[in-house]
Amino acid sequence: MSPSYLELFLALRPETSLLAGALVALGLDLTLFRRRSNGERLRRALLVAAVAVAAAGLCAFLGARGPVFGGVLVLDRFAVATRVSVLALTLLTLGVAWGAAPPSQPAEYVAVMLFAATGLILMAAAQQLLLVFLSLELASLSLYVLAGFDRARPESAEAALKYFLFGAMAAAFLLFGFSLVYGVTGSIELPRIAEQVSLRGPDPLLMVALVMVLVAFGFKVAAAPFHLWAPDVYQGAPATSAALIASASKLAGFTLFGRLLWTGFGAAAGPVGSLAWGPGWVPVLSAMALASLLLGNFAALAQSNVRRLLAYSAIAHAGALLLGVISLGSSGPAPLFYYASTYGLATVGAFGVIAAAERGGRCQEISDLAGLHRRSPLLAGCLTVFILSLAGIPPLAGFVGKLAVFSAALHLGGIAGPAGLLAILAIALSAVALYYYLIVLKQALVAAPAPGAGRIAVPRVTALALLATAGLIVWFGVDPAQLLGLF
Amino acid sequence: MSLLPWTIYLSLAGAVLALAGGRRSPGAARWTALLTASGAWILALLGASRFIPGPGLQTLVDLSWMPSLGVRYHLAADGISLTLVVLTGLAATAGVLFSWNVGERAGEFFALFLTLVAGVYGVFLSADALLFFVFYEVAIVPKYFLIASWGSTNREYGAMKLALYSFAGSSMVLAGLLWVYAVGGGHGFGFAELSQAAAGLSRHQQIVIFALVFFGFATLAGIFPLHTWAPTGHVAAPTAASMLLAGVVMKLGAYGCLRVALPLSPLGFAYWHATIGWLAVVGIVYAGLVALMQEDLKFVIGYSSVSHMGFVMLGIAAATPLAVSGAVLQMFSHGVIAGLLFAVVGRMVYDRTHTRKLAELRAMPIYRLLPFAAAAFVIAGVASMGLPGFSGFPAELSILIGTWKGAPAWAAVAALGVLVAAAFTLRAIALGFFGGTEAPGAAAPRGQAIQLEPITLAEKAGALLLIGATVLIGLKPDLLLDWINPALQSPLLQAAMKAVAP
Amino acid sequence: MSSLPLLSLIIFVPWAGALLLASLPRLGAPACRALALAFSLSTMALGLAALASFDCAFTGYQLVERHAWISSLNVHYHLGLDGLSLLLVLLTGLLAPASLLASWRSARDPRFFGLLFLLLQGAALGVFLALDFFHWFVFWELSLIPAYFLIKLWGGPKAAPAAYQFVIYTIGGSAFLLLGFVAIFAATGTLDFVQLAALGSDGTLVARLAALGGFWPQAVFLGVFLGFAVKVPLFPFHTWLPPAYAEAPTGVSMFLTGVMSKMGVYGFLRLLWPLFPGPLHAAAVPLVWLALGGVVLGAYAAMRQTDLKRMVAYSSVNHVSYCLLALFAVSAATGRSGLTSEAAAAALSGALLQMFNHGLSAGALFYCVGVLEDRAGGRRGLGDFGGVQTAAPLFSGLCAVAMFSSLGLPGLNGFVGEFLIFRGVWGLLPWAAVAACLGLFATAFFLITFWQRVFHGPRAGAAAGKFAEISGPDLAVLAPLAALMLTLGVLPQLLTRLFNPLITMWANHLPLP
Repeated sequence: MSPSYLELFLALRPETSLLAGALVALGLDLTLFRRRSNGERLRRALLVAAVAVAAAGLCAFLGARGPVFGGVLVLDRFAVATRVSVLALTLLTLGVAWGAAPPSQPAEYVAVMLFAATGLILMAAAQQLLLVFLSLELASLSLYVLAGFDRARPESAEAALKYFLFGAMAAAFLLFGFSLVYGVTGSIELPRIAEQVSLRGPDPLLMVALVMVLVAFGFKVAAAPFHLWAPDVYQGAPATSAALIASASKLAGFTLFGRLLWTGFGAAAGPVGSLAWGPGWVPVLSAMALASLLLGNFAALAQSNVRRLLAYSAIAHAGALLLGVISLGSSGPAPLFYYASTYGLATVGAFGVIAAAERGGRCQEISDLAGLHRRSPLLAGCLTVFILSLAGIPPLAGFVGKLAVFSAALHLGGIAGPAGLLAILAIALSAVALYYYLIVLKQALVAAPAPGAGRIAVPRVTALALLATAGLIVWFGVDPAQLLGLF
Repeated sequence: MSLLPWTIYLSLAGAVLALAGGRRSPGAARWTALLTASGAWILALLGASRFIPGPGLQTLVDLSWMPSLGVRYHLAADGISLTLVVLTGLAATAGVLFSWNVGERAGEFFALFLTLVAGVYGVFLSADALLFFVFYEVAIVPKYFLIASWGSTNREYGAMKLALYSFAGSSMVLAGLLWVYAVGGGHGFGFAELSQAAAGLSRHQQIVIFALVFFGFATLAGIFPLHTWAPTGHVAAPTAASMLLAGVVMKLGAYGCLRVALPLSPLGFAYWHATIGWLAVVGIVYAGLVALMQEDLKFVIGYSSVSHMGFVMLGIAAATPLAVSGAVLQMFSHGVIAGLLFAVVGRMVYDRTHTRKLAELRAMPIYRLLPFAAAAFVIAGVASMGLPGFSGFPAELSILIGTWKGAPAWAAVAALGVLVAAAFTLRAIALGFFGGTEAPGAAAPRGQAIQLEPITLAEKAGALLLIGATVLIGLKPDLLLDWINPALQSPLLQAAMKAVAP
Repeated sequence: MSSLPLLSLIIFVPWAGALLLASLPRLGAPACRALALAFSLSTMALGLAALASFDCAFTGYQLVERHAWISSLNVHYHLGLDGLSLLLVLLTGLLAPASLLASWRSARDPRFFGLLFLLLQGAALGVFLALDFFHWFVFWELSLIPAYFLIKLWGGPKAAPAAYQFVIYTIGGSAFLLLGFVAIFAATGTLDFVQLAALGSDGTLVARLAALGGFWPQAVFLGVFLGFAVKVPLFPFHTWLPPAYAEAPTGVSMFLTGVMSKMGVYGFLRLLWPLFPGPLHAAAVPLVWLALGGVVLGAYAAMRQTDLKRMVAYSSVNHVSYCLLALFAVSAATGRSGLTSEAAAAALSGALLQMFNHGLSAGALFYCVGVLEDRAGGRRGLGDFGGVQTAAPLFSGLCAVAMFSSLGLPGLNGFVGEFLIFRGVWGLLPWAAVAACLGLFATAFFLITFWQRVFHGPRAGAAAGKFAEISGPDLAVLAPLAALMLTLGVLPQLLTRLFNPLITMWANHLPLP
């Protein structure tokens, strides 16, 4: 059956919408808004982008389901849910950007953001190795650019460079791994690959390919020991970029690799429910999860820079999310999706608060947040919700996410298996995490403002975005069946 | 009875309203908080008046919440929960009365306070273990901020220690609960279901799970040697928070031990039974001895709280009907008495004299400057000693009698603890309130030189409420025992008690 | 049984008075004193009413009140009156107003003093009338709080540590007492004294305690014993007494020695002996030695004192130990062949009489020392006075009555009690009676020394200057006490008729071990 390009076009309406939005924004900026101020240009571009994202979201939600174009893409519930979530996160990031300091080329910034979003939503649906690589690179390159957009600060350029170098290496690994897979299995379609893998069993070459894929995976989601880029990027990139990197890209990354590993290499998973050491990628993921949990939590304790703290906490969360990936095969995508999307919400919110706070002065050190409750009660309140969700305090969504993932991990064989033991470890480490999260909140809610620190005015759109994010976190926490019941 | 869940919702609503009211004026926040706290208490009492005691939990609300995770929003109550709900209402109302003078960020203070109260109500009314855990955790964050923002001595350290210990304890509980649910193949987190699931696990696993859950809860109850957060945290906390923390929140831990841990694995309980009992009695005596050495009046009370909670844990460990009913009665009694003690020391004395050091208080004849405060402290002190006529006596008597048959050694050591309690309480009374009489001639001029504000009506009202409660229950403990004793007939508790019967 | 709950009234009317005083903060000093005295006198009035309706021949409990109270602990609100309790109620009714009057002159803040004193009085009455451990223990413990504050706030320079020591010792003893009764409840399921006495008399109680393990009956006995031994006090648990009595203000010392020490003896008679006749018998001989220690060493220690108040304090140890000596001798001799119930009856009635008489005489003695102390501006050493007899003959005469009653001079009330005790003990344990005589000699010695140094001889010290005759309140206290001492010396049957049937019953039915 020849693939129907019409079907492809209809399925890719969201992507089209985003690209159109980017081009319109660029075009308008180049022609009509040339002489306006940076801030105005930014706002206009954001408006266009917001419309595009909203349209894309609607299309994604209402659009086609099932395999597309002969299996190149698959729009199952997991993919659609991820696409809608990524677009929601992008919309929220746009709202955050409204209130941040405008970059020097605002329309380009917004356009690149939309390109990144395009890549991310493609990642969520990819079912073919080529498309996987393509979408991953599209998203990553856009994110590298976004990271380096702040030309006033050398940290931004450093961040972008580090991100790029690491990313490029990871991409190289991934490509090589994919080529090995193709060589071994003779196909680049995931279902076909799966058949071949189950036929062949643990082939050494296949194992090498898997390891390479896992390296790229680890890099993408900032799991130890491939996390070295994260602290510098989170710290150096402009707050809005960091928001997108930390939230949507993580969600899309987990969805992509979760699908890749289970749908494609499920047969090579290896021992899931027991501690027996056998060939497979689950033990490797378990090791990565262990390293991430330990490193992320303990390194965060030592941080005095709030962005680096969020970076290390992201590494720790990645460790927990890896447990969600491990349990994806038996418990389905619900826990992973719920955790990753609500984590994304909390991160967007946290960086959004930081971005808004930057209007009132530098916001790098934790102590820069001192007295936030007086400088802007709105920001302080929202930050509380976000940080507590990251800490996993009920009744916020972060708690339910952890609960779901740990429950699923323990189902895999209790404490006899690595996942269960890691779940117990993660629960124990959450007490450690509470400490550094409370340190941040202590500055924001308890400490007095630094002398000379005045009130922070938050523009209405940003305030709306932050409140919506906080509201969603509370809603999903109190009524999690909405998201968990999707699958 | 179905009024009871509204205590939670009313408190939460009150928290939001207090926050809003605080923007207008501190007074608006105070009155909102008072109306909410007393309103919730009245609801609790109304619900209690229609309560028919019986074994087993009587369901109030049962909705599906997270079906894929097996968690239900299931609220229920029996005599034990009811006793503690009534205590919470009383402590909350008194706490608001004693916080009448909070001016800075009053709206936020009362909002956090009422959120804490809502969490506590939720814990006592939960019939689903994970819902229990959720409410338990909801209570942790307000505790931190109440202490860190409005506290006194070493508040940031005290707040962090308290929050982290509580959270660590609750993490242990979560690990245990998830383990049972996931591995045992349970279908839900109801107490009976978990117990069934646990029964299917190996003996070794049951022992570990019980340890996780019990000691996780016991951390919050202040069991020796996991108690060090309590004196630091309670001393650092502002008065109303100390009252609620020592008075009610520590009971969350003991309640968790009784309601969740004991029925979970009678086998595990039988294994750990002796350890728990010894830790409890060591805690009673050790904390009492440490209290005897303290130079800060609030620390004396902080350690005395640990000592009294030791009695509660002893009662639970002994696990005979008399001992457990004594333990629940002690939970109520100590909640009231600790509230009164902290109120007098924090609000009446410290807010006026700005010192809690016994050496400094000794030079002032407080009983002449603040006679009401001295009288209240004496009553609270003798009640705390377990003097007959006050609620502590029937509670401790029941615990001692209930412990005697199975473990006379524990009862003997605990009785020693009573003696130590008398010593440190008397010392606190004498030095803190009746000083300045060493040299009779010198007392008068000192007394006249110091002027202290008189005790306000709000403080008197709060103190009289608490005193009335302890005297009422001291003279007529049947009011509560009639609720508690039938609840001990529930099959879950019976199974646990049989497992360790001598 | 009359419809009026007379016994509850006896206990709670003083408390009502305390409450009244507490709620009238602006009442003037004279009004406070008068109010306190009025409520204190209520005990005498109600006690006499009880006496009027008391049937001496009936040896059980009269005017009984019994209501269910705490069902899960099988506790009842149970009050009852027999000869022993009536005696002690009347003693309290006499001494309490006297003690209050003693404090009129010196106590500042009479409202607070009166309040605390009425609380103490009510608690003491509760101890004598309660017949179920729960509220008996309430009253027992509650008596400590007002006592503590009375000593600490109105006492001498070293009152604070003395009060602290007093309370700690007593609570320490009470902790053991509590534990003992916990065990008793666990073994028998009841805390009612009447039921427990029935169980004790035929050995069931001991058997049930032994069900837990062989040594528990002894341990519980020891616990209950300690609780009472500290209160009396029995040598060697008496070290709290001299400082406490000496530092306390006069009125409080009177009440402590007159009434509170009797609470301990009451405990022995009402609880320890009926509940544990076997273990008491087994331990009786060593206990006799302890009682003798109190008798002899107490008297010898008094001899060595130069502080008059301490002297009287130590003599209290001596006198109260006589009561215990009698009881322990009876218990030691139980079951031995040749024991006459007559000797036992004599010893026991001597003990009861001694309780009452010592209350009177020691109370009066403390009062006299108080007067001396006041007149001498706070000094009360043996050498600070001389020839008071010349300066104030009436006062000296009344003091003499008290002193010689304490000495045991025939014709005064003290003699009858001591004589009966000696006669009884001689019939039970002759060697103990001989040893106790040593105490008699020492008592005589120090009391005569007291008389000689303070009252006799030329006027010296504080009496050298102005030393007025006593009048007014002092006379109102001392004169009736002296009159009573004289009357009871000549007509002891006024008292003995109250409890003779009871004693006869006890002596004829000595519980066999």
